[in-house]
Amino acid sequence: MSATLAPAPRSSRRRRTPLNWLMLALAVTVAVLMAAPFLLLVLNAFKTGADYSTNGPLAWPTTFTFEAFTSYLSRVDFPRALWNSVLSSTVIAFAGTALALLASYAIGIGRIRANTAITALLLVATMVPHEALIYPLFYGAQATGLLNSIWSIVVVFIVLWAAYGTYILSSVMSTFPREVLEAAAIDGAGRWRILWTVVFPIVRPTLTVLVVFTFIWSWNEFYIPLILLGDPASQTVPIALSTLRGQHSIDITVVNAGSLLSLIPTLVFFLIFQRTISRGVTAGAVK
Amino acid sequence: MAARLRSPRRSLEHRGAYWLYLLPLAAGFVIVVAAPFAMNVYTSLFHWKGGQAPMRWAGLDNYLTLFTDETFWRSFQNSVAMIVAITVIPTIIGILLAALLFDYLGRRFGDRAIAVLRATYYLPQILPIAVAGFIWSTILNTQQGSLSLMLRSLGIQDPPDWLGDPGIAVYSVMLMLVWLQIGYPVVIFMSALQRVDPELYEAAELDGAGWWRRFQAITIPQIRPEIFVVVLTATIAALKVFAPILILTGGGPENSTVVPSYYAYRSFFELSRVGYGSTIATVMSLVIFIVAAVMLTWQHRETRKEPR
Repeated sequence: MSATLAPAPRSSRRRRTPLNWLMLALAVTVAVLMAAPFLLLVLNAFKTGADYSTNGPLAWPTTFTFEAFTSYLSRVDFPRALWNSVLSSTVIAFAGTALALLASYAIGIGRIRANTAITALLLVATMVPHEALIYPLFYGAQATGLLNSIWSIVVVFIVLWAAYGTYILSSVMSTFPREVLEAAAIDGAGRWRILWTVVFPIVRPTLTVLVVFTFIWSWNEFYIPLILLGDPASQTVPIALSTLRGQHSIDITVVNAGSLLSLIPTLVFFLIFQRTISRGVTAGAVK
Repeated sequence: MAARLRSPRRSLEHRGAYWLYLLPLAAGFVIVVAAPFAMNVYTSLFHWKGGQAPMRWAGLDNYLTLFTDETFWRSFQNSVAMIVAITVIPTIIGILLAALLFDYLGRRFGDRAIAVLRATYYLPQILPIAVAGFIWSTILNTQQGSLSLMLRSLGIQDPPDWLGDPGIAVYSVMLMLVWLQIGYPVVIFMSALQRVDPELYEAAELDGAGWWRRFQAITIPQIRPEIFVVVLTATIAALKVFAPILILTGGGPENSTVVPSYYAYRSFFELSRVGYGSTIATVMSLVIFIVAAVMLTWQHRETRKEPR
């Protein structure tokens, strides 16, 4: 790994002892163990099925081939699944965060009555196991014609993630300096204008974090989409993959290739937003 | 958290109109959470095969059955195993790794190396569970699995049947969950450590305190709030584990890896015992709410006790 090759000369206040190197080796070993499953995935995605079954998962491919990828793409409408995932996750991320912004404005700035009770309900929405909602949601989706349409999961997750976002945002807003708001109010700004001209710019970093995380969570979500999106045309990337896996005659290399394809969008997203993500994990942790 | 209602001198006009901003979320909450949850509790009072089948009133029958149902108790036992795999082990390893990276290696090998290591640890966290589950089902496969092949090449002739042996399968699932979870505490604890005043460490070092002593006396107490958050969220997640079980073992072999969420799922969609499934889901929700409430109350009391 390149980690060992990147020493930073400025920060070494003293000479590195053998123990230092041993500890680094330990940390790198853990990193290799964490990365090993990914490496295996890549290794086995470029093999033929026959190669895999004779030489096993640890052997170097006898020939590099894209056979498994073409086979996966012929069985699963991957572009469709990709579109379903991108569309639903984007709508959920932005709409959920917008909803959270409005609600937290009422709770954090407006300080409406029954604040504690509302916070408790938000926590309930975040923690409730989806098993306790799924059967009625299934019937609700059927009754409204949303079953087998991504809009069913869009509605569900906008609300669930907005509840979480509201919890985070309202605690950020409750520490907001009142003088600033009062000054704006004296200048004649109404509530709607104060929200957009005063509050929004200040909570924007938190909103970015929420959008990024909501996007990732929606992309990876498994249980509710599995139940509500039975029709392949409506499936998201992870659900399309797991539906294919259920069919027994599939070569394992094909599923490998499919997994790799399903993983690439998340990986790209992770690399682009890495800084926001590490900031976000912290923001969620503080409150 | 809960903002106390200070009375801002008739500022910001009257409060009433703020309710409008809460309305969209409140409506969504009723449709997506409250109504379905209430429906679920209602169905738990019936014998019902689902769909068009008639609903027969059962009162608390389902709940009584549940308490004598061996599979149900087994599923909660496995929840404890999930807590060990998601909360206990990753939190402990996470603290050690974070301290190692931040306090020990960071000072000697620079920020770049540390950032790469941290990102690698975090990677499984952003992976779709469908992919993670598939990778591990191939790794843990009996004949062709990477783990068994590696052990054989090390001379162990007869590696265990990781997912097929009822005595071992739950540990195999735990192994995957530890891998999946570790990045989360590492990242949180590392950013928590950034908050700690470096002078504390320097003073302790001057007093001759070794790394382990500083770890105990400074690191742990300073990042207590973050430890609490990690333990709380991880415990809730552990009580909800579903996808890893569905993908890796399907609850088997011989029900040895069944967890409440999976048992509810099977009752709903495979066994056509919708009333019973609703009962499991209701009890499971209650357990989660109670655990969370107890932990939050305890933390609230602890922070108030602390002298400021």
